[in-house]
Amino acid sequence: GDGEAREAPLPTEQPISVGLCIKMSAISASEKVDGFTRKSMRKAQKQRKSQGSSQYRTHSTPVELSPLPQLKDAPSTEQQELFTQKLQQCCMLFDFFDSVTDLKSKEIKRATLNELVDYVSTNRGVLVESAYPEITNMITTNIFRTLPPSENPDFDPEEDEPTLEASWPHMQLVYEFLLRFLENPDFQPSIAKRYIDQKFVQQLLELFDSEDPRERDFLKTILHRIYGKFLGLRAFIRKQINNIFLRFIYETEHFNGVAELLEILGSIINGFALPLKAEHKQFLMKVLIPLHTAKGLALFHAQLAYCVVQFLEKDPTLTEPVIRGLLKFWPKTCSQKEVMFLGEIEEILDVIEPTQFKKIQEPLFKQISKCVANPHFQVAERALYFWNNEYILSLIEENIDKILPIMFCSLYRISKEHWNPTIVALVYNVLKTLMEMNCTLFDELTSSYKADRQREKKKEQERDELWKKLDELRLSNPALVQNNSHGLLRVQNNNNNNNNNSSNNINNSDTQDRDVDSAVAITTDEKEPDSMAAGESTLSAK
Amino acid sequence: MAGADGDDSLYPIAVLIDELRNEDVQLRLNSIKKLSTIALALGVERTRTELLPFLTDTIYDEDEVLLALAEQLGNFTMLVGGPEYVHCLLPPLESLATVEETVVRDKAVESLRKISQEHSPVDLEVHFEPLVKRLASGDWFTSRTSACGLFSVCYPRVSSTVKAEIRQHFRTLCSDDTPMVRRAAASKLGEFAKVLELDYVKSDIISLFTALASDEQDSVRLLAVEACVSIATLLPQEDLETLVMPTLRQAAEDKSWRVRYMVADKFSELQKAVGPEITKNDLVPAFQNLLKDCEAEVRAAAANKVKEFCENLPEDNREQIIMTHILPCVKELVSDTNQHVKSALASVIMGLSTILGKDNTIEHLLPLFLAQLKDECPEVRLNIISNLDCVNEVIGIRQLSQSLLPAIVELAEDAKWRVRLAIIEYMPLLAGQLGVEFFDEKLNTLCMAWLIDHVYAIREAATCNLMKLVEKFGAEWAQNTIVPKVLGMANDPNYLHRMTTLFCINVIVHCCGYPYREITTKQMLPVVLKMSNDQVANVRFNVAKSLQKIGPVLDSNALQTEVKPVLEKLASDTDMDVKYFAQEAISVLALA
Repeated sequence: GDGEAREAPLPTEQPISVGLCIKMSAISASEKVDGFTRKSMRKAQKQRKSQGSSQYRTHSTPVELSPLPQLKDAPSTEQQELFTQKLQQCCMLFDFFDSVTDLKSKEIKRATLNELVDYVSTNRGVLVESAYPEITNMITTNIFRTLPPSENPDFDPEEDEPTLEASWPHMQLVYEFLLRFLENPDFQPSIAKRYIDQKFVQQLLELFDSEDPRERDFLKTILHRIYGKFLGLRAFIRKQINNIFLRFIYETEHFNGVAELLEILGSIINGFALPLKAEHKQFLMKVLIPLHTAKGLALFHAQLAYCVVQFLEKDPTLTEPVIRGLLKFWPKTCSQKEVMFLGEIEEILDVIEPTQFKKIQEPLFKQISKCVANPHFQVAERALYFWNNEYILSLIEENIDKILPIMFCSLYRISKEHWNPTIVALVYNVLKTLMEMNCTLFDELTSSYKADRQREKKKEQERDELWKKLDELRLSNPALVQNNSHGLLRVQNNNNNNNNNSSNNINNSDTQDRDVDSAVAITTDEKEPDSMAAGESTLSAK
Repeated sequence: MAGADGDDSLYPIAVLIDELRNEDVQLRLNSIKKLSTIALALGVERTRTELLPFLTDTIYDEDEVLLALAEQLGNFTMLVGGPEYVHCLLPPLESLATVEETVVRDKAVESLRKISQEHSPVDLEVHFEPLVKRLASGDWFTSRTSACGLFSVCYPRVSSTVKAEIRQHFRTLCSDDTPMVRRAAASKLGEFAKVLELDYVKSDIISLFTALASDEQDSVRLLAVEACVSIATLLPQEDLETLVMPTLRQAAEDKSWRVRYMVADKFSELQKAVGPEITKNDLVPAFQNLLKDCEAEVRAAAANKVKEFCENLPEDNREQIIMTHILPCVKELVSDTNQHVKSALASVIMGLSTILGKDNTIEHLLPLFLAQLKDECPEVRLNIISNLDCVNEVIGIRQLSQSLLPAIVELAEDAKWRVRLAIIEYMPLLAGQLGVEFFDEKLNTLCMAWLIDHVYAIREAATCNLMKLVEKFGAEWAQNTIVPKVLGMANDPNYLHRMTTLFCINVIVHCCGYPYREITTKQMLPVVLKMSNDQVANVRFNVAKSLQKIGPVLDSNALQTEVKPVLEKLASDTDMDVKYFAQEAISVLALA
């Protein structure tokens, strides 16, 4: 994410993100032009763009197709031969970027594909051994390709319209055909595995990065069927998904098909045998939990949480490491993600065993107490809703002497301080519930509240003093002084700047009231150029 | 060491470690960032025996804390007692080099690379190299990825047996099962090749290079292109054709645009590495293809390299190659469908004129410049204008001025303030090249109009622009052309424009300085003084600020009789800030 510790790599340093190269150059240039292009304008551009061709091929021009006779009209002895011819005919690729060329051939291919789909879904005995290589060849020729660079380098899957695959009229039918082929009752994995092999699956997985949701949806169903039918490919598929996720988390932060892959995994995890293999546990801890750090979590959080809960239902002893993992990656600045995390925690608590709960309650409720005190009311509200959950309530009651001391301080403070009246009302209810659970403890905590705060303050002072002494020691050490003094100087400069700014701003707002002739009152005028765009947009609004 | 006399009772380790363990991440982070201070307080002995083991054991923490730790440990050599003890830092860094988060791991590797230099050759073999081996054969991919970055720093300083082991480990990682590791190995291939003996480059590196360049994953293949530059530089010319070129040719026609993009992006480096003959025979056609690639990203990357590529062509038939092979592609790119491609081209195309000379420029390039000056995308026009100096040297800017002016005027009035800002920044350059007459006639009005733009950043840039123009055209020009208009704005009904007058005066005084104090005293000072009665406080305190700047060029008479009374009046203003700045001016000008 933007605010995370990760440094923004230069394109030359991290060639893996080559897809973003134009973005880098475009940003430097377009920032010159305007860093804040209005959303509506960008939207308009997008609609125009949303039909790029993604098929990479050499510049050979397609040969015109001539229609073959219908399969259903051919005598059964010739059907197989005709089937093969039709498959070969469908290997011809067309340029859909140019909507006027090869119209006739495009239509012939479309009709043929339709016929092929129909042929493999309704007829028995058509999947003879010799057809397998022809079928897979037709499929690989049509769907396997290097995906194009995103038309929109700033593509935000939550906001923007995806670029749709231009050759979809054909590609959809090829995917449909592949699915019918796999689902045909005569389909024999033992023959097909010669063609639907690791390389095939590898290429199929790479297509999950397609921006076109229709394509990803087909891929999801197809990969699921392949996983079900080819036992020999299962471990390989899991490993490759692993790699895709790790690359997504730690290298590119970009992959369009995360949600679809997680959905498949959800059903795979469901079928894991007990006890869980070490490989699967590793997948949970080293892949699924770190996936929570992704910037676009909202796009696949539901699927991800489902996978996590599936694991915990299989093996409750994983609860503690999972919750600790989530706490480690707890969002610091993104409230929207924090709400998602709280949702996932509630899903986990719904299925938690009381013994597991005891193991994790302290760190967990320390986090929850921070959440209820969050100034963002949605975060606070989401956390406080836990107290509406009967099962969670029973767990809290059972462990009230541990949980109340952790929660009390936050709740007590925000009951007096939170700006949002709904939150304050909710907090009163929660405090009341907790008080009813252990009245004596509640009274003790109330009476010691002030003393506790003072003790904390004192500790704070002691810490400051310790560091002051340490810094003095550091300053008296010639080897380290130089470094430090630079730091100090910089801080002072910043302070000065800040002072100047604030005094100007104050003055500016002051004078505007008295300023009779300033028709154009620009409050942002004195600020740094960074904030200028805001100034301009208010102006143009007038 | 300095820490040796640290008072133990003052800084008990327990307290310090408590700080490193604080429940609050922010406090923990603060403590880690001051780890050197803690080490200093403990002294070298206890840092080695107590602090480092503690750090090694508590590696499970937030990534942000770990990142700070990894960074700190790279600078810890003196704090553990110097190079003799530097190997004490290896255990915690080894753990850090295995964590998941890339940023942390990279930082740990960086620190390990740094302290490897501080190891003696013996320590390197006894402590450092075993660490590299452990990482290289780790279970989880993270440690193997980290290992890739460490081979090249220890290879040159170890015995030949250990060297052989290191080469073997590197080979293994290049064919690792995990693409992440292969990517890491591929990205370090060039660096590793540089420290290897030439024979091993030919025997080991080339086969690894060929394998990685045909990896199933394009993310691995494209990294091999980067390595190609280093490898080609190391090999003697006669080996390039057989050892490198087949792979490079294949990369330039890779089915993945990412790989082709990489070739385009590294084209100048590749060109230098393979030398003029191969450039002529192989790279010229490859470059043409990249300029005509079906993906805009690739075309843009190649377009960016047009000038550099042409510049580095062998001189004997440079012009012929450009005219017959490159220029036709360039012409097509001028009307490319993609604006990034056009703007990439526009940022370099002007550079061709120096290479091709006057006649070719006028005949072949000028039409292209003119077309780009009329491009619909402002970025393209800006890029042309920002590189005018190249053309100016060859054919003079007058050739362009007919088309230039409308382009400038249009950009100057663009609705986007950032476009206006960009064109202002080129004004001094344009003024210098077009000359004062042309400027006065055509551009002066624009420059003055920017002073009353409704966006502050533009007014500010316009003020700064005035300063540069005065520097260029001299004080006399300023007196005649600029000063009257600036002073006229002092009576503007909008206080923002009145303030602009003050800002302009500040810069003009700064430029004209003492020799021209006549202008200051006679023309500008009276206006400034009069503005001290302005009804807007912002104007008044800017008067105080301006007086502070003007003061040093005035004679003492003017200071005492004219400036001082005004500042004193402002110092008793009702507004707090006016008072503040007036007082500041009084003390700076020593008028108290």
